[in-house]
Amino acid sequence: MSKYLVNKFLFTVDRDPVLVERYRDDPRGTVTWWEEERANHLLSCAAGEASTWLAFEDEEREALATHDYATLFGLGAHPFLTLTLFIAMFERDYDEPLGFQLQYAKNLAHFSLPYADITT
Amino acid sequence: MAELTAVIASTHHPFYYKASTAPPEAAPPFAAEWVRKVEAFRETLTRAEPDVLLMVGSDHFHQLWLDNMPQFLVGNAEQYDANWYNEEREFSLPRMRMQGDRDLSGYILRNGLDAGFDLAFSNELRIDHSVTCPIITLRPQNDLPIVPVYTNIFAPPLPQPKRFVELGRMLRQLVESWPSDKKVAIIGTGHLSLELGGPRQFGPHGPDAEFDARAVEWIANGDLEGCLSEVTLDSLHAPGNATHGFMDFMLMMGVAGENAKADYVDTYDLFHTMEAYFTWYPNGAPA
Repeated sequence: MSKYLVNKFLFTVDRDPVLVERYRDDPRGTVTWWEEERANHLLSCAAGEASTWLAFEDEEREALATHDYATLFGLGAHPFLTLTLFIAMFERDYDEPLGFQLQYAKNLAHFSLPYADITT
Repeated sequence: MAELTAVIASTHHPFYYKASTAPPEAAPPFAAEWVRKVEAFRETLTRAEPDVLLMVGSDHFHQLWLDNMPQFLVGNAEQYDANWYNEEREFSLPRMRMQGDRDLSGYILRNGLDAGFDLAFSNELRIDHSVTCPIITLRPQNDLPIVPVYTNIFAPPLPQPKRFVELGRMLRQLVESWPSDKKVAIIGTGHLSLELGGPRQFGPHGPDAEFDARAVEWIANGDLEGCLSEVTLDSLHAPGNATHGFMDFMLMMGVAGENAKADYVDTYDLFHTMEAYFTWYPNGAPA
């Protein structure tokens, strides 16, 4: 499990308007690029001080590459990060206020307590 | 010594700004009553005539991140920029800037550390809606210096609920021993039952009305014993997956004191999560 890295993907994409659009339009390409180029960046350090060991599990990579937020929830990705980024990408596609948020809840309806542990 | 003139605990609902500033024809149906309640709540702070606000909130993965996560952090800066791109994007929150109070920050850090609380600090802190929402609701003119205190209710492993209460008790002691002639209000925001990014989110009410009713009773009556006997890190998962924000209310109960009945209590049953507003006047209600 690399919940931390999934969260890092969601976090770094969510805070960058260009990456939000890129991930919406090309999820698989963005995930592949990000894992190769960005996954090991230490966020508060100079570029040369990167980590050397971070990589997604196959299931995580596939869930991110297919915008599968229900699977991300089941894997223990931080639900606030997932929700915030997916609202940024898909709220615009719904006419009713909170339309996407309610659809999102519906797509998670098969989960019951206890939810996946989000501890990293 | 400084005087603690008001203790205020509130939910922080990032949709309030948009709901309260929309033109009447575009405002949601619940907005007018919400504004009325918030303005009445605001008056409880105005009456206390504070000079400085000590503000307890929680960063929502804006500046504080999992590679370096403090449990309790005190802002120690001259000024604080506020609100973030994703809060502008989702909630239409405006960019803001607050003045700091380095003297109070330094006093809390030095004396908190000496009292056994290993507080982290930040000399450059951009704060988020957990602190700006109560500025918008309670002090929209944004004319007072603040000292922000961030707690980790968000990224487990989390501190135990009793630590939030203990931090609240200590913050009160520190404010009341601060060598200053200023009047201080301590304002903290958290949540009642809340679900974010889970199947129970954005319902017509909060996810657990029964928890909310018990929580409001605990807070309004200062029932720390009852609250601490029932609330654990595990138990807070049941009312909703973001309900650990309730621990910031427990912190504020620690500030207000054991069995301290709130002087002002109001709630508003909204979609998604219930709003709740509490004010205590430690030295009696202002005239």
